[in-house]
Amino acid sequence: MSNAASTTRKPAARAARPKGDPGHSGQRNTALAWLTVPALFFFLAFAVVPLAGVLVLSFASWDGIGAIGSAGLGNWFSVLADPGLYNALGLTFLIMIASWLVQTPISLLLGVFTAGSQRYRAALAVLYFLPLLLSSAAVAIAFKALLDPNFGLATGLGLPFLAQDWLGVPHLALGLVIFVIAWQFVPFHTLIYQGGVRQIPRSLYEAAEIDGAGTIKQFFHITLPQLKYTIITSSTLMVVGSLTYFDLIFVLTGGGPGNSTRILALDMYLRGFRANLMGPASVIAVILVLIGLALALFLQRLGGKDKQGSQLEGM
Amino acid sequence: MKQSQTSRRSFLALAALTPFAAMTATACGTSGPGSSSSGGGASMWYLSGEPNQTTMQKAVDAFTAANPDDKLAVTYFQNDAYKTKIKTAIGAGQAPTIIYGWGGGTLKTYAEANQVDDLTGWFDENPDLKDKFFPASFGAATVDGKIYALPNQYVAPIVLFYNKELFEKAGAQPPKTWDDVMSLVKTFNDMGVAPFSLGGQSRWTSMMWLEYLLDRIGGAEVFTAIFEGKPNSWMDPAVIETGTKIQELVSADGFIKGFSSIAADSNADQALLFTGKAAMMLHGSWTYGAMKKGGQNFVQDGKLGFVQFPTVAGGKGDPKNGVGNPAQYMSISSKAPDAEKETAKKFFKEGILTETVIDTYINSGSVPIVNGIEDKLNTSEDKDFLNFVYDLAKNAPNFQQSWDQALSPTAAEALLNNIDQLFLKSITPQQFAENMNATLGK
Repeated sequence: MSNAASTTRKPAARAARPKGDPGHSGQRNTALAWLTVPALFFFLAFAVVPLAGVLVLSFASWDGIGAIGSAGLGNWFSVLADPGLYNALGLTFLIMIASWLVQTPISLLLGVFTAGSQRYRAALAVLYFLPLLLSSAAVAIAFKALLDPNFGLATGLGLPFLAQDWLGVPHLALGLVIFVIAWQFVPFHTLIYQGGVRQIPRSLYEAAEIDGAGTIKQFFHITLPQLKYTIITSSTLMVVGSLTYFDLIFVLTGGGPGNSTRILALDMYLRGFRANLMGPASVIAVILVLIGLALALFLQRLGGKDKQGSQLEGM
Repeated sequence: MKQSQTSRRSFLALAALTPFAAMTATACGTSGPGSSSSGGGASMWYLSGEPNQTTMQKAVDAFTAANPDDKLAVTYFQNDAYKTKIKTAIGAGQAPTIIYGWGGGTLKTYAEANQVDDLTGWFDENPDLKDKFFPASFGAATVDGKIYALPNQYVAPIVLFYNKELFEKAGAQPPKTWDDVMSLVKTFNDMGVAPFSLGGQSRWTSMMWLEYLLDRIGGAEVFTAIFEGKPNSWMDPAVIETGTKIQELVSADGFIKGFSSIAADSNADQALLFTGKAAMMLHGSWTYGAMKKGGQNFVQDGKLGFVQFPTVAGGKGDPKNGVGNPAQYMSISSKAPDAEKETAKKFFKEGILTETVIDTYINSGSVPIVNGIEDKLNTSEDKDFLNFVYDLAKNAPNFQQSWDQALSPTAAEALLNNIDQLFLKSITPQQFAENMNATLGK
């Protein structure tokens, strides 16, 4: 918005501009500043204002229906002393790390595979992307029906080893949640890697072939290093996104059995909207925001100091 | 010249984008389907699922046909989802005119926040209406001596259902005592049939077991003390014995394999009983109608048996005590415009529990909460079950309302969460009692 203020074009300001076409570039800046207004409005209305509201509510006692009262630091003390919070935090990080470990290699390999120009690869790529078109709730309901121990896939296909109590045993349910999340999100990350691989110049591979490098050596010495920033982008989306795996888990397990899949986002929802404890739920929301910010900053740093440096030097 | 061009262009850019922004903002403001400011007449939210959905729709259609000036629109939701949705809608001022519920602790929250109208005066003006219902049905509608809801639909005690065919095959009798239960568990497991069906993922289904067991072991007073928030009332030895018995039953494979991943909303628990995969099921009497409709003639062929919950040796509870829902309830949102409130009251008086609706409930295997229906029950094709439910409800010295409805929403959520863990054996009965004791007064 400060750019908009400079539109008053004082002659002095104009004179201070270096060579070039000062009038024109000033105009462009002004127009660009105006163009940010809608985005800024949405950011304020849907990110900053609710965030401030949540911060205020974290110091309030409110059941979501009646009047809002003050709770001081009471909510913070009670939530931070609650073992449920640490269980939820642990599960959130566990799912985050496991999801990254499962999804990254699969999407990377599928991305490299589908980047090839052969016809059958294009056909397979279309199949891989299908889960991307389904909503999380639909995915969760479908898996729930398929995995029903009595009426599910196991009975239908006569495969007794599939007749596990998938959603009823804590460690199985957790593993299943990680699997379904991967099933849903691998296509998206495959798409990112596919794009990344297609950006790598052919000449690098041609040179490597002349030098006698095989497919595997090419992958580790050309493809992987060239995909450094793609990996960082994909990982950021995966890690920060894992904080919001709410809908899928909510429909699939509801946080159960017991508390074994009750991740932070779900814990927040259940406290707020089931138990009518909006204050403690807001405390968790604030914690969630802080973790998200910290993770995003950390992953940005991971890019290293030579971030601006080109990976195609000498090309 | 250039300058004016700039501002015009940026203005145009803004103008082009503004409608989108405005549209999105307004769309967010009125997303509630039952927005009370719709002006199109009264609204009601009700549960999906047969046979009740059709019954309600017919009642509403008949009412609006007879009263063309009154508009009443119904939206249907799944049971588990509805319980959260209605609370959020009321908190956001987007409640429908008619708020459907189960009375008790949740209704108390609404009444204390002045979100529902006090109907005491209106009932005084309409004594005929008040006298029409079972007197006991008003208990869960009353907060501090004032009536905030109209009891309606039917009385729904929790009943022990069993598959007669499987019992004949096993040469067994339905359980009369807890020892019978434990020996039947062995009998049916040896036969390769699950003893009890349970939709454990819904959690309130598991709660029904605790409600009856605690009553049979410790008597009705134990939960009454909990309900009144008396200090350490959850630490009663009867609570711990109840938890121990539950975990013994789980350890003996009393419940079907995978019970904690079965949800009651899909009626899979009922399907297990009528397809012969499970021999018994503890469930609300409303499942009779659902099984009659969806159970492939299981009910019609007389294969469904039903008994009262068994007694426990040395227990203090009266074996005639019942638990369940004394009725369902409808309140009027205090935020609704007066015209909509009038429509709602007219519907309460003329549209709900009309003779046609009463007959429909009876035909679908439920006992409506109206006085003087004995003759109708006796001539029904489901008279055995209907009389069983009627007698259970009428003769019970104490009819305990479902715990998750009787308690405050905060305590109820903690209860359901701890029950889930108790059934998974991830907490001991002692821990269960301690965890619940911490929620007293919340």
